[in-house]
Amino acid sequence: MRKILVPFLAAAAALAAHVGPALAQEKTLTVYTYESFTSDWGPGPKVKAAFEKTCGCKVDFVSVADGVALLTRLKLEGESTKADIALGLDTNLVSEAKATSLFAPAGIDTAKVKVPGNYADDTFIPYDYGHFAVIYDTQTIKNPPKSLKDLVDGDPSQKIAIEDPRTSTPGLGLLLWVKSVYGDKAPEAWAKLRKRVLTVTPGWSEAYGMFTKGEVPMVLSYTTSPAYHMVEEKTDRYQAAEFSEGHYIQIEVAGLLKGSKNRDLARQFLQFLVSPAVQDVIPTTNWMMPVSAPSTPLPDAFSKLVQPRKTFLMGSDEVAKNRQAWIDEWLTAMSMN
Amino acid sequence: MPEKILPGIELDNVELRLGARPFRFDCTIAAGAITAITGASGAGKSTLLNLVAGFSTPASGTIRIAGEDVTRSHPSGRPVSIIFQDNNLFAHLDITTNIGLGISPSLRLSRNDKAQIEYALDRVGLHGFGKRMPPELSGGERQRVAFARALVRQRPVLILDEPFAALDPGLRQSMRILLLDLHRETGNTVLLVTHDPEEVRRLADHVIFIEDGKVLVRAEKTEFFQLDIEPLRHFLNDS
Amino acid sequence: MLTARQARQAIGGGVLALTLVSLFVAIAVIALLSWDTGRAGSRLMTAYTWRILFFTIWQAFLSTLLSVGLAVPVALALARRPSFPGRIWIIRLMAVPMGLPVLIGALGLIGIWGRQGMANQSLLAIGVSQPVSIYGLSGILIAHVFFNLPLATRLLLASLERLPAEYWLIASSLGMKPFSVFRLIEWPALRRVAPGVAGLVYMLCATSFTLVLVLGGGPAATTLEVAIYQSLHFDFDPPRAIALAFLQIGVTTILLALISVFPAPEAWGLTAGRLPRRFDGSGFGSKAWDAIVIAIAAVFLVLPLASIAISGLHADLIRLASSDIFVKAAATSLSIALVSGLVAVGFSILVINARSAISQAASAGAGLKSLSAALAGLSSLVLLVPPVVLGTGWFLALRPMGDISRFAPILVALVNALMALPFAMRVIAPAMEAHRIRTGRLSASLGLAGWSRIRHIDFPVLIRPMLMALSFAMALSLGDLGAVALFGSSDFTTLPWLVYNRLASYRSNDADGLALILGIICLALTMIGTAGRERERPNA
Repeated sequence: MRKILVPFLAAAAALAAHVGPALAQEKTLTVYTYESFTSDWGPGPKVKAAFEKTCGCKVDFVSVADGVALLTRLKLEGESTKADIALGLDTNLVSEAKATSLFAPAGIDTAKVKVPGNYADDTFIPYDYGHFAVIYDTQTIKNPPKSLKDLVDGDPSQKIAIEDPRTSTPGLGLLLWVKSVYGDKAPEAWAKLRKRVLTVTPGWSEAYGMFTKGEVPMVLSYTTSPAYHMVEEKTDRYQAAEFSEGHYIQIEVAGLLKGSKNRDLARQFLQFLVSPAVQDVIPTTNWMMPVSAPSTPLPDAFSKLVQPRKTFLMGSDEVAKNRQAWIDEWLTAMSMN
Repeated sequence: MPEKILPGIELDNVELRLGARPFRFDCTIAAGAITAITGASGAGKSTLLNLVAGFSTPASGTIRIAGEDVTRSHPSGRPVSIIFQDNNLFAHLDITTNIGLGISPSLRLSRNDKAQIEYALDRVGLHGFGKRMPPELSGGERQRVAFARALVRQRPVLILDEPFAALDPGLRQSMRILLLDLHRETGNTVLLVTHDPEEVRRLADHVIFIEDGKVLVRAEKTEFFQLDIEPLRHFLNDS
Repeated sequence: MLTARQARQAIGGGVLALTLVSLFVAIAVIALLSWDTGRAGSRLMTAYTWRILFFTIWQAFLSTLLSVGLAVPVALALARRPSFPGRIWIIRLMAVPMGLPVLIGALGLIGIWGRQGMANQSLLAIGVSQPVSIYGLSGILIAHVFFNLPLATRLLLASLERLPAEYWLIASSLGMKPFSVFRLIEWPALRRVAPGVAGLVYMLCATSFTLVLVLGGGPAATTLEVAIYQSLHFDFDPPRAIALAFLQIGVTTILLALISVFPAPEAWGLTAGRLPRRFDGSGFGSKAWDAIVIAIAAVFLVLPLASIAISGLHADLIRLASSDIFVKAAATSLSIALVSGLVAVGFSILVINARSAISQAASAGAGLKSLSAALAGLSSLVLLVPPVVLGTGWFLALRPMGDISRFAPILVALVNALMALPFAMRVIAPAMEAHRIRTGRLSASLGLAGWSRIRHIDFPVLIRPMLMALSFAMALSLGDLGAVALFGSSDFTTLPWLVYNRLASYRSNDADGLALILGIICLALTMIGTAGRERERPNA
């Protein structure tokens, strides 16, 4: 029995070490965000270090699984939330986020912030964006689709992996993209596209993993994805296909919580977020496009990326209202035999 | 004329039901003697043994050992040692330990206890077997270890459940002698469950014959073998 | 053979376990249900729900049939060949799939069975042009067999190895033919554990999420678990999520009742504790058959693992393994795995002891009998409670307690312990039952009880099944991503979390490397689970 007890106590003690008292010293800015933002490869550590140097404060990141979990957590905490800033919602969630009436107008200078499709909001400040795109493997795909119609009507033996709109934001993005281009004809388009879809994964990581493992030559991702491979892996094997109809955009935004006790500090952080200090690190850490001109030129790879000529973006109210109906439509079209 | 006997074990209107089968035992077992419990298989020999040893609790009636009511006592609380047909030893513990458990369940053994274990091993003819493991021993040797443990336990009652049934005839004979020796030495009350008339003849002082869940005959050995009733004839001829 | 006090203690322990586990689930459910979403309830039993319900049952049924059905010949062959070189490693590798994050396992399978995988490449090489696509039901089945056949094999093998060695002696001396051995000895042993094993595999397959989506090829392949995740994570509609979870539990209860949840008690032969030596199966045909069965199973198991290992070798393993974050994640993962494993084993013992005490009670009333049934149900159905429900519910329940992130490690450990409980039960229960039957009367007559009994009689014999259960539970916990999506503790890093995190930042190379290391850790753990095997063949 003692043989069992000793490791048990040791392990319990190791767990208890996590349960130590929360630090509360100087002024602390609490930022709710998602995990890949704060991971050691993400922008989080650099943003934190840079801001703490200027603010004389401590930045405390609380990172939940993803943007959706972030909003859920705020809803659950309501007015009592400790968050000063919520960072990492996307534009589709803005309508629901506003409905919580937990957010206050940001009140910062956004003159330099420029996002394709001219998205602007006085509460939610964009800090990066990316266009959804089909990424293809140049070693297998010699004639990449030149439009969404090309993709839909193309050779069914050339497969694509897409994400599920029920469980992931890129999946929802593709759903809205198809809806933007095809309108009422979306179900027919899905019925055709279905034959090219190798599989529908629960999230981006699964689809992209299958793609880089060579299982599927096309994947739904972002126009910025090739930049990672060019910068970090020095290869231009993976490229984005430019679609003539235009690309749907995903914009990531941050907002200021109404109940923040450090409102000035929080404003300062939001301003900092759109300043070159952060915008410089976003492209090569979050692999998304900056919303304002960085102070140093972006790596060469970024100039080679697809620059969509047209940007689709639906209002978040419209998305919130129709999402379930469109998902049902998608389910029906994709489940037909 | 049944002789007057000192009551070692008394079963006073003990009743029990197993599934649909009723059992009813009402008998006295002599102290300091060897009583064989016999009968056809399925008659209820093991049930009687389980009741005395405490593995079953009766629905009604009283069980007394040396005058003390043990009806509701736990097996370990009864003044009883027990030897089964097999599985008397813990296969993962060595012989000394297996015997030592009979003295102290927590294995706190004094020097004197250890000497006693050595003596018991000698007594059953297993000198130097202390460090061996049960699987290394033959069936007869394992039963001898069980006897050694019963010896160190020093309980007034010894229950044996077909203890020699698994052994070959030659071995059986030497084990019987061992049992008789130990019985004479300690003067304990022995309850021997057996289906073998030969064993009854050689070992028992008294015989209890069970049929259909009840005591049919309780008699002295010589008397028993003179009885001429139908179920008994069967038993004596068939086996 | 328990004193009244022992019986009371055992039953009390069972009541305690039942209460704690029920409370753990109930608090989460109540917290969720008391949350007002301010939204009109949506209809539960739509055509969509019916369809995914049907699909959930269908795929889980087929997966179970295949996993357990194919595990039978493998277990028989392994039992018939108790000592060939590499046998122990095949058995150890069988615990690895369980400890891998599901996505990693899926990618490994795709490396072999996918469009560009080895199987299709070989088909191409021999001139078959059209690649065979596994996406769809076949892919789901292959994946579920990959993950569950090893589990089923090990549980079935354990039941065969518990047979008394004398049986094989008797069988050979009677000159039994292989089929008679199967019909008279092996099958009766397997039949007693098969329902329990099948129930376990069924539950694992029914709650499958990532595998079903990734390999299912489209939303036609959707399980209830996906809908539960969607309604809680994406739509935040707790009543719907809970209703779906109860639907899942309800349907499974009916199905498990049909295949009879618990096996009949085994009729334990008395054994001298001799080493099992098999005298049957010495013919050429029998040897060839066993060799083929074991080889196929090993290849099926090893190839995807090898594909994961090969990808992993491309990574800079030394850099990965020496990084601070890895060391921290490994320490966290192992502590959580150990705590959850010990909790699962401890609760299993409480539950098993209570049920055993009730079954021994001469006159168990209806109350005790239903307690026993509740314990049996609890210990298996708890696997069906979706972790996302527990995670979100406990987030709500713990919110008033201040800094919520502190609770993340404990919650993950407890959720994992709950998920591992059915595994631990199925490993430990038969062994404890056999042990009780072999030693119960003897111990009682010698007055062995309490600490002394545990130390001298129970521990030396039961340590092996307990270590096996512990290693199962720990492997399960190691591969689990944790249900703390909302808890937001930046310090809380586990190995699977690190793997996903690397994938999410494009660093698939690092993820492959980490997956390999995780696999090696699991393998090391199963060495604990198979420890003592050599010790058991003593001076005999």
